[in-house]
Amino acid sequence: MGASAIPIILMTLLWGAVGIVLPIILPKGPNRSLLQCILIITAVSCWLFWLCCYMHQMNPLIGPYMHNSTLLAVRKLWDE
Amino acid sequence: MASIFRSEKMALCQLYLSSETAYNCVSELGEIGLVQFRDVSLKFRIMLNPDVNSFQKKFVHEIRRCEEMERKLNYLETEAGKDDIEIVDQGDNPEAPQPKEMIDFEATFEKLELELSEVNSNAESLKKNFLELTELKHVLEASEVFFAERETEPSSNLDENLLSAEDGVTQGPVQLEFVAGVIERSRMPVFERMLWRVCRGNAFLRQQEISTPLKDPHTGHDINKVVFLVVFQGEHFKIKVKRICEGCRATLYPCPETSAERKEMIDGVKTRLEDLNTVLSQTNDHRNRLLTAAAKHLRVWIIKVRKMKGIYFTLNQFNYDVTSNCLIAEVWIPETDIGRIKTALCKAAELSGSTMEPILNRMETRTKPPTFHRRNRFTNGFQNLIDAYAICTYREINPGLYTTTTFPFLFGVMFGDCGHGIIMALFALYLVIKEKAIIAAKYKAEMFNMIFAGRYIVLLMGCFSIYTGFIYNDIYSKSFNIFGSRFHVGNVSKTAVLCDNKTEFMLNPADPAEYEGEPYPMGMDPIWQISLNKITFQNSYKMKISVIIGIIHMMFGLVLSLLNYIHFKKTIDILFQFIPQAFTEYDCDCEDPYMYPSQYNLQLALVVISIVMIPILLLPKPFILKQQNKNKMRMKSLESHAYEQDIGEESDHETSSHGKTKAVDGEGETVLISVQQESDHETSRNGKTKAVEGKGETVLIPVQEEEEGGGGIRVFRNIHTSNNSYYRIRIRLYFSYSILPTFMGIVSRPRSIVRCFVDDDFKKRFSSVISKYNTLCIKVKTKTIHCKKIPISLLQPYMAGGTIFVYIAFAIWSFLTIAILVIMEGLSAFLHTLRLHWVEFCSKFMYGEGYAFEPFSFKHFVEDEEGVTRSCRFISNKEIIH
Repeated sequence: MGASAIPIILMTLLWGAVGIVLPIILPKGPNRSLLQCILIITAVSCWLFWLCCYMHQMNPLIGPYMHNSTLLAVRKLWDE
Repeated sequence: MASIFRSEKMALCQLYLSSETAYNCVSELGEIGLVQFRDVSLKFRIMLNPDVNSFQKKFVHEIRRCEEMERKLNYLETEAGKDDIEIVDQGDNPEAPQPKEMIDFEATFEKLELELSEVNSNAESLKKNFLELTELKHVLEASEVFFAERETEPSSNLDENLLSAEDGVTQGPVQLEFVAGVIERSRMPVFERMLWRVCRGNAFLRQQEISTPLKDPHTGHDINKVVFLVVFQGEHFKIKVKRICEGCRATLYPCPETSAERKEMIDGVKTRLEDLNTVLSQTNDHRNRLLTAAAKHLRVWIIKVRKMKGIYFTLNQFNYDVTSNCLIAEVWIPETDIGRIKTALCKAAELSGSTMEPILNRMETRTKPPTFHRRNRFTNGFQNLIDAYAICTYREINPGLYTTTTFPFLFGVMFGDCGHGIIMALFALYLVIKEKAIIAAKYKAEMFNMIFAGRYIVLLMGCFSIYTGFIYNDIYSKSFNIFGSRFHVGNVSKTAVLCDNKTEFMLNPADPAEYEGEPYPMGMDPIWQISLNKITFQNSYKMKISVIIGIIHMMFGLVLSLLNYIHFKKTIDILFQFIPQAFTEYDCDCEDPYMYPSQYNLQLALVVISIVMIPILLLPKPFILKQQNKNKMRMKSLESHAYEQDIGEESDHETSSHGKTKAVDGEGETVLISVQQESDHETSRNGKTKAVEGKGETVLIPVQEEEEGGGGIRVFRNIHTSNNSYYRIRIRLYFSYSILPTFMGIVSRPRSIVRCFVDDDFKKRFSSVISKYNTLCIKVKTKTIHCKKIPISLLQPYMAGGTIFVYIAFAIWSFLTIAILVIMEGLSAFLHTLRLHWVEFCSKFMYGEGYAFEPFSFKHFVEDEEGVTRSCRFISNKEIIH
C-alpha cells in the first residue's frame, strides 16, 4: 500500500482552495450564490474523481501486459 | 439571489384600472414582462348567463381589426420576399401604438395592399399578353419554315394524293386549309394520336419545338411548348380539328397564308413585343419601388401590430365593471417585483393623463401559484433541461441549480477525452464569444439553434471532459507522460525476454524494481495506454467510480428531498420516506467487496434493515393520509357554501419515481388521474404486479376551478358521494407506484450507473481503434522500419510521397473523429447523463407538479411569431375549458 504524500496534499489543497476559499472571497453580486454552488460542486466532484483514480492505482493487482518489443522500447526510451 | 434554489414567491394581486389608462398600463406591463394574467372576464358572467363565450368579450372587435392588419402585413412580407427585397431589421423595439393610431395604420395598410394587388394583376395580364405574342411569333416563324419546305416540293405531288380520293373529277390543285397553334409538349402525343384517329389519317401535322421555355404568367414556372401546323381539306375537318385543339388545350393563332403577309405580321409582332417589354419592366420597377418603400417600415409595423393585438388579448381577460367604469384583473406577480410594477403602473397612468390611480391589491388565496425561476443566459439552458422533465412544484428545490455542474461533470466522466473535450470546448467558446452577433442574425436552422441555445452547457461539458480526459490520461487515445511512469522494466534483461520464447510479458506490480510503490500523481499511469490489458485495468476503475459517483448523486437527491420535506413541513414524509430510502441507498453502496473487515456482518445487517424499511416505507403513509383527508373533508363540508372556494389545495403528491402520474389532489375537487403504463422495460422484467388493479385505469372526474362559484357548488356535491371509490383508487395507485419502483430501484440503480461507464468504455475502444488505424496508415505509408509498434509520437514521413498520404490520412482521421467520436458519442453520453439526471436524481426529490409562469411579455411577441399565436391560443383554450 503506497501513497506518496505530496500529490495528495497538493490536490487536496488545490480543490480545497477552489471549493472552500474561492466561494468565501467571491465578490458580492447577483450571481454570488450560483457561483458558490458551482464552485463547491466542481471542487467536490473533481477532487473525488482524482482521489478515486489515485486510490485505484495504490494497490494494483495486475500490471501492464506488453509485447516484448514494447517492453524493450519502454526500457530504451523511458528508463534511460 | 435565492430564486434559482427555489422558485420565487408569487403573489396574487387584483389590479384595478380605469378604462382610459388600461391600454397604456397593459402596454407598460408587457414591456416589463413580469406579470401573468388570469382570465377573470367570465367569472361573474357565467352565473348570470351560462352561454357566454369568448366571442362576446369586450375587445373582440379590435382584435379582429388587428388580425386583419396582420394579414395585410404578411401579404406584403411575402410579396417582398418573392422579389428578394430585404426587410430592414434594425432590432429596435418600438412601443405599442396608441389605440387612436390604429385607424391610420389600417388606412395605410389598406392603401398599400390595394396598390400592390393592382400592380400584380396588371403585371399578370401584361405577362399573358407577352406570352401570347411570343407564341404568335414562334408560330409565324415556324410556319415560314413549313411553307418554305412545301414550296420546294413540286406541288403536283400533294395534289395528286388528294385527287385520287375523288372520282376522277379533276379540279386542279385543291385548296388545303391549315391551322397553326401552340401546345404544351407534354400534351403533344395525345394531340397527335387523337388527330390521327379522328381525321382517319387525312390530316397532316408538322411540329417544331420552341427552343426556349416560356414562362407561365400565373405560376411563373417554365413550360416547354411546341408549335404545330395541321393541314387538312374540307370544312368539317376544320371543325373537328378545332375541337380537338380545344380539348387538348392548344392555343390557335391566325396565320396568314402568303409569305409577305407573314413577314409583315412578324415585324408587327416584334415591335409590339418590344413595347410590351418596356411596359413590363416599368411595372416591375413600380412594384419594386412600392415594396422597398414598404419594407423599410415593415418590421416596425409588424411589431407594433403584434403588440397591439397582445394588449387587446390581455385586456379581454380583465373583468369590466360597468358601474365604476374600470377594469379588474387578477395577476400573478413575483413578490419582489411588486414595487417595480406599481411604479410602472403609476408612470403609465400619468402618461395617459387620467385621474384615477391604478390599484394593485394583494389577495390571499389557496390556489397554487405558478413556478417562476429567474434565469440568466447561463442558467437558461440547464433549466430548460430540467423543465423538459417536469416543471418544479411551487417552492420546491430546483434541480436546475445543481444541474449546472453535475450534468457536465457526469458527461465528462462518460466522455473523458482531452482532445475531443478541447474540440467541444473551443466550438462552444466560439459560440459564446459571438453570442450577440449570432442572436442578431436570427438563423432559421433549427439544429444549429438548438446547439446555440445550449452553448454554455456544451462549454462546460467540454471543460469537464478535458479534466476527466486528463485524469483518464487520454488525448485522442494517447497518453501524456508528464511525471514519468511508475512502472519500470529495469530487472528484465534483454536476453531473458528474447530467449524465453514468450512474446508478451507482464510487469509485476509487487516487484519494487518494476513498480515504484507510489502511484502516478495525476491520473492513469501512461504505461497502460501501450499495454494489452489496458481495458481490463481501466474497467475495474470505471466500475468503481461509476458506483461511487452514482450513489453520491442519489444520496444528494435524497438529502434534497429531506430539505423539501422540512420546507413543506411534512413530517410523515420524513419519517416514512426519507429514512427508509437512505438506508436502502447505504446498503447498495456497500456492495463493493472487501473494503474493510467485518463487512459481511455489516452488509447482512443493512440488508435486513432495508427489507424491514420497505414495508415501513409503503404501509403507514396511505392510512395516515386517509385519516387526514377524512378530517379535512369534514371541515370542508362545513365550508361548502362559501363563495370564494379556492379549491385546488395540494395536499399529497403521490407522484412516483418512475411513471408520470399526475394525481393532483384537490380534496376531491380537482382530480385528473391519467395512469400510464410504465414504458420502462424494467417493469415487464420484474414480475411484481400485485396491487395493480389501480394501474391502467383512467379516472376522469370533472375538473372544476374556483372561477365558477355557482357552478362549482353544484358539481362539488356530486363529487362528495364518490369519495369512497376515489380513495380506494388512490390507495391502489399509491401501492402500485411505490412498491414497484422501490424494488426496481434497487435492481436498477447499479445498472444505470454502470451504464455510464459502459459508454465510456465503448468510446475508448472505438477511439483507440481509430487512432491505431491512423498511426498504422502513416507508418505503412512512410515505410519506417524502426519502432513499429510504439505510438508514442506521430512519426515523421521519410519519403516525399508520405506527405500526401499523411494529408489524406489526417483528413480521414479528423472526419471520423469529429463525426463519430465527438458528435455521436457526445450525443450518446449527453443522453445518458440526461437520463441519469432525470430518473435517478430528480425522481428522488422532485414532484414536478407546477405549472410554468408565463408572463405577458412583449419579448416573445417581438421575436417569434409563433409565440404570439401560441400564447393567444393558449389563453383562449383556457377560457373554453372553464
